[in-house]
Amino acid sequence: MTLRRFDIMVNGKPVSVRSGSTVAAALLSADQSTFRQSVAGELRGPVCGMGICYECRVTINDVAQQRACLRVVESGMRVETGAAGA
Amino acid sequence: MTARASGSDAIVVGAGIVGASCAAALSRDGWRVTVLDRAFASAGTTSVGMGHVVVMDDSPEQLALTAYSARLWRELRPQLTKRSEYDACGTLWIAENAEQLAALEGKRATYASANVRAEVIDSRALRDAEPGLRTDLLGALLVPDDAVIYPPGATLDLLDLVKQNGGAVRDGADVRAIVDHGVVVGSETLRADVVVNAAGAAAPALTPGLPIVPRKGHLAITDRYPDMCRHQIVELGYLTSAHAMTSESVAFNVQPRSTGQILIGSSRELVGWDASLNRALLQQMLKRAADLMPALRDTSIIRVWTGFRPATPDKLPLIGAWEQSAGLWVAGGHEGLGITLSLATAQLIADQIAGRKPVIDPSPFSPMRVLLQIPVEAHS
Amino acid sequence: MRSENKLTCDVAIIGAGPAGIAAACRAAEAGRTVVVLDEGLGPGGQIWRPKLGGLQPKIARRWIERLHATRAVIRESTSVYDSARDASGEFVLRAESAGSALSVRASKVILATGARERFLPFPGWTLPNVVGIGGAQALLKTGMDVSGRRVVIAGSGPLLLPVAASLASAGAKLSLVAEQAPSAKVRRFATSLWRRPRTLVQAATLRSAFLRTRYAMGTWVTSASGDEAVRSVTVTNGQTSQALECDLLCVAFGLVPNLQIARLIGCEVVNGVVKVNAEQETTVANMYCAGEPTGVGGVDLALVEGEIAGIAAVGLSIPQGLAAMRTAFERDMKALDVAFALRPEVTALAQPDTIVCRCEDVRLRDFNPAWTSRQAKLYTRAGMGPCQARICGAALECMMGWSPDSVRPPVEPARLDAFLSDHQVTSTAS
Repeated sequence: MTLRRFDIMVNGKPVSVRSGSTVAAALLSADQSTFRQSVAGELRGPVCGMGICYECRVTINDVAQQRACLRVVESGMRVETGAAGA
Repeated sequence: MTARASGSDAIVVGAGIVGASCAAALSRDGWRVTVLDRAFASAGTTSVGMGHVVVMDDSPEQLALTAYSARLWRELRPQLTKRSEYDACGTLWIAENAEQLAALEGKRATYASANVRAEVIDSRALRDAEPGLRTDLLGALLVPDDAVIYPPGATLDLLDLVKQNGGAVRDGADVRAIVDHGVVVGSETLRADVVVNAAGAAAPALTPGLPIVPRKGHLAITDRYPDMCRHQIVELGYLTSAHAMTSESVAFNVQPRSTGQILIGSSRELVGWDASLNRALLQQMLKRAADLMPALRDTSIIRVWTGFRPATPDKLPLIGAWEQSAGLWVAGGHEGLGITLSLATAQLIADQIAGRKPVIDPSPFSPMRVLLQIPVEAHS
Repeated sequence: MRSENKLTCDVAIIGAGPAGIAAACRAAEAGRTVVVLDEGLGPGGQIWRPKLGGLQPKIARRWIERLHATRAVIRESTSVYDSARDASGEFVLRAESAGSALSVRASKVILATGARERFLPFPGWTLPNVVGIGGAQALLKTGMDVSGRRVVIAGSGPLLLPVAASLASAGAKLSLVAEQAPSAKVRRFATSLWRRPRTLVQAATLRSAFLRTRYAMGTWVTSASGDEAVRSVTVTNGQTSQALECDLLCVAFGLVPNLQIARLIGCEVVNGVVKVNAEQETTVANMYCAGEPTGVGGVDLALVEGEIAGIAAVGLSIPQGLAAMRTAFERDMKALDVAFALRPEVTALAQPDTIVCRCEDVRLRDFNPAWTSRQAKLYTRAGMGPCQARICGAALECMMGWSPDSVRPPVEPARLDAFLSDHQVTSTAS
């Protein structure tokens, strides 16, 4: 079954995603492995895949600290990753 | 009290920030200090408060004491480690209405009289300084030298100074009684020339007659929002809330943490030792916060907790000798200013023990004032 | 929150995995009003998560169709962050759902909050592309492309094989599946499966799915390295070590029950699980619990416990057959614990500079083992981050013997706005 693809904006650039993907899965599929920086500035990405670890937090449509593994991609979505300190 | 020979003993009951500060000051003066805590350092009020170092002008005495103590914090800063998280972010006292705006200049002058730098800023400057605030606020008083710290970290740093000076800290030491020149711990009686009751909200259990009652507060902390809050921010109504011994009140007070988290307070209520969450009051507190700082609405609250401030009826702490018991000094009743006032409290006590003239007049804080007044009614 | 929702029902169920689904079916079919609240994107929990563009296993589809055929209200993407009882003894659950506040009032509550993975720190575990095993499965099913990725799966437990099979059939290049339990224990567990033929067939199917992949027992990962993401891992069997190229490391060590809401409400927890009676009722009246929080035991046990809880919550008597099945599946649960017990080496992999608390970047060397758990939290801030010690708490319990702190709301981070909606309950003790 072929799934519809569309683009979302990630850090200002268009990224092709599969309809129904979570933001986390879509970013990982697009080789975006860094989602955020830790308190001490380490690069981090998703770990638990189920909303427990909070390592996949990104900014979605200007609202910060959202767990990417619990959000499904939507047309027009803007995602920002890896902001220093967040 | 006469100056004592080096090597004499002092016991401090309570390893919160006040006890740790007293121990550090005494150990610097050559006392062999033992700090006793029934649990562990900072386990009491120190671990649950806001960690502000803030100059308050609710009375001339408080102004003198907080200004002095804030200066001592700045002087101590080079000896603090990263775990103290000392951040000189300053305080903004915000004006919501014309009456408060008009009061800012007088407040600035009051601070100036105590040599505390302060500046009145207008609404545009306030919006630039703190874009997360409600944009129709009229202005603020900026006190740039105020700071925030992480109290458990600072307490540990102070206790390290005690240990460097040959002192000791004992966890799990439940002091049952303070006696003349000593304390009873379990079946032991430990003797000391000096005993300091720094047992926080539990101080009256050891020194009956101390008019200290627990005044409960709520706090909430958010996830990380870098740059959303740059200063400690307090509403001018905070002083009214801190003063009124009414049943419940809230007053807006937020503080940034270096991670970008925002600590949100404050609430006050008198409910004995009931530490359970008061959801209605918490909601009121958060509503006030969202009202004054709309940017907070969308922030994620990751923890909420309660704690007890040690409150006195006349809003001033109890710092000094308690002549009812030989060798006993009291360092308590700081209400919401324990962190700020810990260092000045310690210095006033150390100075008086050493026979030095304290930098500020200690008499308004003398615990003996309690015995000279009409007994205060017990609080519910 | 732009709008607030208030729901009232007879039975509120927290969690829509197998246990919650079974409980909801039984309660709703008995004619009661039921609301199911789940944090995920749709019913199924972890084990029955549908694959993107694919189907769930048949058993999952049957149960979910059965649920949809009832009048139970299902709210997905909904996180319960607080629960209290009001003066009349009813439960009021406070939840947040995609920008809105939701409160649910119920006479009975069934907790089916499932389990999370246990992560144990080792050098390099915080590198991007080091994920859990259930985590890898979840990411895969929600759309992660793994074709061509060099994958190593390690850790412990029966999830390793099925997840390995999923990743392999999705095109991953699996170089190793490393189970820390010694082969003797794992083989004993495998032979005990003969009692349940269906599982045996599953196991055989899985094994053949990736015969070309090495499945090593008594083997574990000691470190991962890379710059911006993991590039290689080192594994050992206690005698020899080997470095493997790897760009996706899936590692976790069994499951930890999610007890936060149970503990918030005051349910008694014994040996890390919620204490329940034969009706799956906790020590808090009218609060039931089913599935992993009463003991990690897999799908079959969760389904039966869920059914029993749903039946009991509506006041009906438990069919003998269900109770017997529960007893049988509980035996398997004990076998699991024995087979996959963690060897001491894997709880001691962290080096002094290894991060232990990921939320606050607290390293192993920052802890003093002589501290109490509360001291550790206050002095280092470990456990004070958004995951609320779900990750580091489970690890520190293994490593230092520190038990979790008391639980306060919010048991999940929640938007400040959610706290501002109409509040209906005073904080009475349960």
